[in-house]
Amino acid sequence: MTEIKIHEYTKEELKAIRKTRTKMPEQDAVARGKNFEEVALGYNIEDALREANRCMFCAKKLCVNGCPVEVPIPEFIKLVKEGDFLGGAKKIKEKNPLPAVCGRVCPQESQCESLCTLAKKNEPVAIGRLERFVADYERMHGGGSNGEVDKPKPTGFKVAVIGSGPAGLVVASDLAKLGHDVTMFEALHKAGGVLVYGIPEFRLPKAIVQSEVDGIKALGVDIKANSVIGKLHTIDELIEAGFDAVFIGSGAGLPMFMNIPGENLNGVYSANEFLTRTNLMKAYLFPEFDTPIKKGAHVAVVGGGNVAMDAARTALRLGAENVYLVYRRSMEELPARQEEVHHAIEEGIDFRLLTNPVEVIGEEGWVRGIKCIKMELGEPDESGRRRPVPIEGSEYTIEVDTVVIAIGTGSNPIIPDSTPGLDLNKWGYIVAGDNGQTSKPGVFAGGDIVTGAATVILAAGAGRKAANAIHEYLMSKVKN
Amino acid sequence: MAKILEKQVLRFDLVAVKIEAPEISKKAKPGQFVIVRADEVGERIPLSLARISPEEGTLGLVIQTIGVTSSKLAAMDVGDEISDVAGPMGHATPIENYGKVALLGGGFGAAPMYPIGKALKEAGNTVTSIIGARSVDLLVYEKELGEFSDKVLVSTDDGSKGLKGLVTDALKQEIEENGVDWVMAIGPAIMMKFVSLTTKPYNIKTFVSLNPIMVDGTGMCGACRVSVGGKTMFGCTDGPDFDGHLVDWGLLMARQRTYLEEEKLAMENYLCNCVPSATK
Repeated sequence: MTEIKIHEYTKEELKAIRKTRTKMPEQDAVARGKNFEEVALGYNIEDALREANRCMFCAKKLCVNGCPVEVPIPEFIKLVKEGDFLGGAKKIKEKNPLPAVCGRVCPQESQCESLCTLAKKNEPVAIGRLERFVADYERMHGGGSNGEVDKPKPTGFKVAVIGSGPAGLVVASDLAKLGHDVTMFEALHKAGGVLVYGIPEFRLPKAIVQSEVDGIKALGVDIKANSVIGKLHTIDELIEAGFDAVFIGSGAGLPMFMNIPGENLNGVYSANEFLTRTNLMKAYLFPEFDTPIKKGAHVAVVGGGNVAMDAARTALRLGAENVYLVYRRSMEELPARQEEVHHAIEEGIDFRLLTNPVEVIGEEGWVRGIKCIKMELGEPDESGRRRPVPIEGSEYTIEVDTVVIAIGTGSNPIIPDSTPGLDLNKWGYIVAGDNGQTSKPGVFAGGDIVTGAATVILAAGAGRKAANAIHEYLMSKVKN
Repeated sequence: MAKILEKQVLRFDLVAVKIEAPEISKKAKPGQFVIVRADEVGERIPLSLARISPEEGTLGLVIQTIGVTSSKLAAMDVGDEISDVAGPMGHATPIENYGKVALLGGGFGAAPMYPIGKALKEAGNTVTSIIGARSVDLLVYEKELGEFSDKVLVSTDDGSKGLKGLVTDALKQEIEENGVDWVMAIGPAIMMKFVSLTTKPYNIKTFVSLNPIMVDGTGMCGACRVSVGGKTMFGCTDGPDFDGHLVDWGLLMARQRTYLEEEKLAMENYLCNCVPSATK
C-alpha cells in the first residue's frame, strides 16, 4: 500500500487553499472528443488530502441536508484528511452503497456542495470528487464494492428484486447482507440498468458498474439476466413461487417523443436507443461488435438534461463534425449537471438555446434537417421556471442527418399491465409510500418507476429505504 | 444460455432449430417472439416462435440467413449454446373462432404461422394455409402446415407447383370461391402489404405480424416505431400483430432499411473474417 504522507497545513496555507477547490485532472478537451475513455481522471492522494483540508468541519453540517441519502459528509472528509481513505469509504457506505458511481454522476452542485459553508465566499469543498476518490481507492486496494462482510445467518426469506439499476443494486445488497435469499431479475442480457445502457463509458466506466454487480454476486445474490418480469413471470407468479417480498426497480423505460412531423424518419433516435446501441451494445466498436449505429456527421440532440448531454457528447465521439444541443429554455434552466454542461461546451457542442423543434425535415425517408422556432421566456409556469414562448416567424432550419430526442421518459407498461392490484398515478408510475410500500402487500417499489426519471442517488436512496422496510416486513412475519 | 437440441436445414437460407428454453416455453403463446443474441459481441434481434413445447421445455425457431446474427445462428450446431434468449415478448395473436381463416406465410413466415394456425384450428376455425415461392424447390413448411390445416394452397411464380402466380392470387381465388372471414399474414413487409391490399376491398379483417428493427424488445428504446392508423406505436410492446389495413407500409420498409450499408459491411467482415471479433 502507498505510504500516505500527511501534511499539516498552517493557518496561512489553509486560508490560501480554501479559496479555490483542487482542480480535477481531466483528459484534454480535443483529444477526449475522439475517444470513449473517462473524461475526469480522479484525484491523486495529494489532491484528496489538499481538498479534505479545505473543509471547515463546521457544526451545522449543512452539506448533509443537501444529500438525498444524508451521507455523513464531514465525518468522511475528516477520515480522508487523516489519511484513512478506506475508513472514509466505509463511512460513506453507511448511507450510500454506490459511492464510486455517485461520486461521478451526482449533481453535487445542486445538492451537498450548494450548501457548503465555504461556498458563501469561496468555492465549495469538492465533496463529489472526494467521494469518488475514496471509493476508487477502496476498489483498487481490495476493499471491494461492499467491503468485507461476515456471512450473515440465513433468514430463510426469499426476496425478488426486479431490475438491476441503482435502486435494485442497493436493495439486493442491503437485503443479502441481512441474510435474505435475494434473486435479481434483469430484462437485458447484462446487469446494471441505466448504469450500463444509459450513462456512457466516458462518464462512468463500465468496469466500475461491473465491480458493483460482482460485489452483490459475492454476497450470494442470484442474478437472472434475460428475465422480463411481466412477460416471463408476473409478480403474482413470483409470490406464488415462494418469494416473500418483491421489490420493483424497473426504471423509467419508455422513451418520449415530441409528436412533431418527421419524427419517424430514418436517423431519428430516442436517446434511449442512441445510448443503448452505443453503451450496452458497444456500437462504437462496430464492426468488432455486431450492433450498428448511424454515425451522423451533423447531429441535433433535443433536450437539456443529463441524458441530452450524454447523447450530444456520444455523437461527437462517434465522429460528428457538428453537434447541436437544441433546448427550449435558457442556460439558466438547463437541468443537466453543471460539470456535464461545462464539459460539453469545452468539447465544442453547439448550444442552440431558447430554440424548439417544430419539424424534422426529411428527404427520401432520411433526416435532412430540423426546423426550429426561437423562443423567449415568459411568465413562470407551475414548475417555477419561466415558460418558453415561441417567437412568431422566427423559424429556421439546422441541417442535420441525425436527430436524438432526449426529452425524458415515461412509465414502461409491462409490469403495470401484468400486475393487478398495483396502484398507479395518472402518469402510469407506481404509487408507493415513503418506504416503498405499494398497494400490494409484500410488494415494494422505488427509483424512476415511482418518481419518474430522476437521479442515481435518489434511486439508491429509495432502494435503501425500501430495503429497510422489506426487512422490517419480513421480520414481522416471523413474530406472527 | 440456450442450448441447441436439434437442427434442420429447410432450405439453402432457412434453418430450423429447437432450443432449450424451459421457462419461456411455459409462458409463450402463438404470435409472440423472443430477442436473441448469438454471442458476446452479438446484436439483439427478434425471432418469431415456430414451435412452443412447454412439456419438453423447448422452443422452435426458424432462422433466415440475412445478416451476421442470423448467419452466426445458422452456423451453430446441436449442442452449441446461444448466448441470450429473452421473452416471450409482445402480445399473443388473439385466438378466437373467426370462422373461415386464411393464413399466409411468406418464406420464413410460414414457420411462426404453425403455432398460430394450430391454435386457430383448435379454436374451431376452418383453416386454409397459403404458401408461395418462386419455384417448387424453394417451398417450405407445406407438410407441417398440412398437419392441422383443412387445406394448404400453394402458388409458385413459375407454376412448378400449385397455382401459377403469387400468394395474393391464391388468396383472392379462395376469397372469391369459398369466402374468408379472417386473414393473417407473416412474411416480408412487401408480401404483408400486398395481402392487406388484397383483402381491403373485401373488408376482411387482416392481421399482420410486423418485423421492424428492435434492440431491447421491451419498449425501452423505440427503435421499432411503426405507424398504424396514423398513430406511432412500438412493434415490440404494442405488437407484433397489427391491423394490416392501417399499417404505413412505406414507413416500415424504409425503417427496415436503416442499416443496409452497415449490414453489408458487417456481412463482408463476417464472411472474410477480416475484422478481429472482440470475442477472440
